Amino acid sequence: MDAIILQLFNGLEKGSAYALIALGLTLIFGTLGVVNFAHGALFMIGAFCAVTLSRIFQISFLTEDPTQTDFLGNPLQVETPYVEKWFGADAGAWMIDYSVPLSILLTIPVMLLVGYVMERGLIKHFYKRPHADQILVTFGLAIVLQEVVRYFYGANPIQTTSPSDYSGTVNIGAMFGMQIFYPVWRLVYFFFSAIVIGGVFAFLQFTTFGMVVRAGMADRETVGLLGIDIDKRFTLMFGIAASVAGLAGVMYAPILSPNYHMGMDFLVLSFVVVVVGGMGSLPGAVAAGFLLGILQSFASLNEVKAIIPGIDQIIIYVVAIVILLTRPRGLLGRRGVMEE
Amino acid sequence: MGILEVKGVHKRFGGLQALGNVNLSVKENTVHAIIGPNGAGKSTLLNCLVGKLIPDSGSVMFDGQSVLGRKPHEINQMGISRVFQTPEIFTDLTVIENVMIPCFAKRDGAFRLHGIESVQDEKGIIEQAEQMLADVNMLDKRNMHAGSMSRGDKRRLEMAMCLVQEPKLLLLDEPTAGMARADTNNTIDLLKEIKEKRDITMAIIEHDMHVVFSLAERITVLAQGTPLVEETPENIKGHPKVREAYLGEAQV
Amino acid sequence: MLGLNAKDSRFMLIVVALTLLTPFILNPFPADSALAQFNAGYPALMQRFAIYGLMAIGFNILFGLTGYLSFGHAAFLGVGSYASVWMFKLLSMNVIPALIAATLVSGVFALAIGYVSLRRSGIYFSILTLAFAEMCYRLAYSVLTPITNGETGLQITLSDPRILDGAPTSSSLPTPGFFGLKMNAAHTIDIAGWSFTFSVGYYFCAVIALIGFYLSLRIFRSPFGMMLRAVKSNQQRMNYTGLNSRPYTLAAFVISGMYAGLAGGLLAAMDPLAGAERMQWTASGEVVLMTIVGGVGTLMGPVLGAGFIKYCENIFSKINESVLHSWFSFLPDGVEDVVTWIFARFVGEGWHLTLGVMFMLIVTFLPGGLVEGGKRLAARRKKKSDADAAKHPAE
Repeated sequence: MDAIILQLFNGLEKGSAYALIALGLTLIFGTLGVVNFAHGALFMIGAFCAVTLSRIFQISFLTEDPTQTDFLGNPLQVETPYVEKWFGADAGAWMIDYSVPLSILLTIPVMLLVGYVMERGLIKHFYKRPHADQILVTFGLAIVLQEVVRYFYGANPIQTTSPSDYSGTVNIGAMFGMQIFYPVWRLVYFFFSAIVIGGVFAFLQFTTFGMVVRAGMADRETVGLLGIDIDKRFTLMFGIAASVAGLAGVMYAPILSPNYHMGMDFLVLSFVVVVVGGMGSLPGAVAAGFLLGILQSFASLNEVKAIIPGIDQIIIYVVAIVILLTRPRGLLGRRGVMEE
Repeated sequence: MGILEVKGVHKRFGGLQALGNVNLSVKENTVHAIIGPNGAGKSTLLNCLVGKLIPDSGSVMFDGQSVLGRKPHEINQMGISRVFQTPEIFTDLTVIENVMIPCFAKRDGAFRLHGIESVQDEKGIIEQAEQMLADVNMLDKRNMHAGSMSRGDKRRLEMAMCLVQEPKLLLLDEPTAGMARADTNNTIDLLKEIKEKRDITMAIIEHDMHVVFSLAERITVLAQGTPLVEETPENIKGHPKVREAYLGEAQV
Repeated sequence: MLGLNAKDSRFMLIVVALTLLTPFILNPFPADSALAQFNAGYPALMQRFAIYGLMAIGFNILFGLTGYLSFGHAAFLGVGSYASVWMFKLLSMNVIPALIAATLVSGVFALAIGYVSLRRSGIYFSILTLAFAEMCYRLAYSVLTPITNGETGLQITLSDPRILDGAPTSSSLPTPGFFGLKMNAAHTIDIAGWSFTFSVGYYFCAVIALIGFYLSLRIFRSPFGMMLRAVKSNQQRMNYTGLNSRPYTLAAFVISGMYAGLAGGLLAAMDPLAGAERMQWTASGEVVLMTIVGGVGTLMGPVLGAGFIKYCENIFSKINESVLHSWFSFLPDGVEDVVTWIFARFVGEGWHLTLGVMFMLIVTFLPGGLVEGGKRLAARRKKKSDADAAKHPAE
């Protein structure tokens, strides 16, 4: 029983990441009609924003501490990060500790910029091209982005720590009268993604901008006829989708040490999520993200693996294949999206 | 007994009744027009005939066999060819190739893995296709890229592709929709010519009264998913029911 | 000749000649000259040209003719490699049973995957094939370890049964061969500073690739090929013309899967080792790239693309900063450093960056690939000479 609850939580955490990436993918699909194979790279860039900020905070200068001496009797050289000098020792230490959540402030402008440049510089020219071309050009872009990151950060995963207040475990079994310990940060990630998802939906639901975008997703031509410059809004929409992917990545850094190919690893899964949810359906993407995350976690239970060996590796793909064959439009997909 | 017998066909989309109790009989070697105002269910009926839609109830018999539940390619193999509202041709292929493909379909059936023979060695098929192109005065465009032709030529090519199969029934879905008057007249002439040259049954769905009265021998008027009358053109013109349902909006 | 018309026969003869003379053509520089690093006429690389060329030829039958973009063809390559290594282990070091097994097993895989995936088209089809390939890759790494030997990769050992070969006669691992001919045998000829290597492995791959090319030429010119182009052009019209498009696309899928499996078998025949990384979806992406770079739907394009990519991969990976420094030494010091730094990002380890940039540039500016680029150049030249002729009439 406790194993099941544990896997349920694991599933929620995995599902959060899938749902966030798939949400951005679907926004781009639905609004621009573009199949973006570089979306995983955006997730990766987000994660590296966390790495970057924590490195910046840790840039230090050397001072001699007269109160301490090394074994030769000379004054000890200590490294003091600049942030501690500028903001005081306590605030500086706090900033270093909280560098991952603070990176959110860096990620949003960075991702908006990346998204803007990507859309204006490249994607814009591919609106009218076949999907195959879109896939190929964004696939090329994904390779470029990941190679650039590899040049600056190397090929090895870079461990990134969560704030010490959230780095322990918590007994999530308490309310069931059980002892189930679960990493706090993963719970934080789940709540964080719930807030982001809620934010995106609220934005689309309650703002005029969101209304236009939703109308554009439903019928682009008609909205264009109304004299609304839908393209400009779609550019911003691309930036927002990129930010959502970036946010998914930045907070995921303590869970999975960022490496340059994490984007590609998540991309395939996110595509499967989008397809299962239904192309162009935002609630579908979120629902499928959580559903597949949870299914994947349950499939990795030893009891399940004993019955069907290897099922944890392939469950997502099996589900995707079954769904596509039985419900071609996915769980919540609409008719006529991305079909010939 | 007609070559095409539609009996008691119903089709609903959600709460909307598109076809209610449609009965229709198309006699062999006649030109039968199906007319009706927008939303009368003409296209739905056509799609039921070619296997794109399956009626909720009723029967569609062609040449003594039911077409219900069969796929479009099976229905075509039974002898029904279809001309679309906007010409559907193989735009990336040459004109002659466009006509050769139906010849292959007629000879080899729905699928045959003839992957090693050369197209150039298929003398019989090439001859047949060239003959057909000559019949519709397109032989000079033989090696043209089909997609680069004018709309009128595309229509002509599509007709050729259907006719070369020597179908027992040719379905035409608003063959002159969106055409200029001159093109419309050309199409009418083409169809008349076809009719004179060979024994063929045609069912035309049409909006344009000029086309209908120039070609049709029988006319069925469809309104709100049900046939109102089936008559000869002369009798349709003055028919009070038709006037009421339809002709109020058109000049006859 | 061989069922081809005069023009195609000439084309085929040119391809045969180029393929057989590859060891000369790719070695234009003397062995001790500074440009020798641009030579590509050594066996391992030439084999890869032929093998990936073969794979791209097969992929083109699917993608080029029907327009169905598969992102899972690397799976067939991997399956082919595993199948042939198993043949080496169980049956014989002769490559013939290995290649037959590779082709058949991958054909069966392609039939199963294609049957399911082809129920959908467009982007859905791409993602289904991607999902299947990823599934094969994951399974090869996990539960199928008894068959695939997981991360280590499947290898031949001395204790393998090899029932047709009899007891091992030496204590070193056997090498694959075509009856008496060992695949790793090679003969080097030195002519006045040039050094040409003729390897059994390359010529074997080349002959298989030529057969593959010939078959694809026949398919392109056949009614079947015409039907495949019809699928790409207008599936609706095809169905309303009495043709069932599904078996046509499935046949194309299986044929291209078998080409990929055969290519995988050849990889194993050159080096009897099979690893799961060959099946990763990025590897599928590379095949797509080869086809696009060369020219989708053209006969020669995929081969050119495969050669181009593999050649660039080889050359770009070899160049390092000191080589760049020697190239740009004519520049002023500061400028030289900057230029070298920029170029260094694209060579050596940075080869993938070059690949990605090339991908983007070609898809954006030259969707028809090298073949179209060549045609455009030829057309421009013709136009120019026509214009010149018009300027100077009656000379």
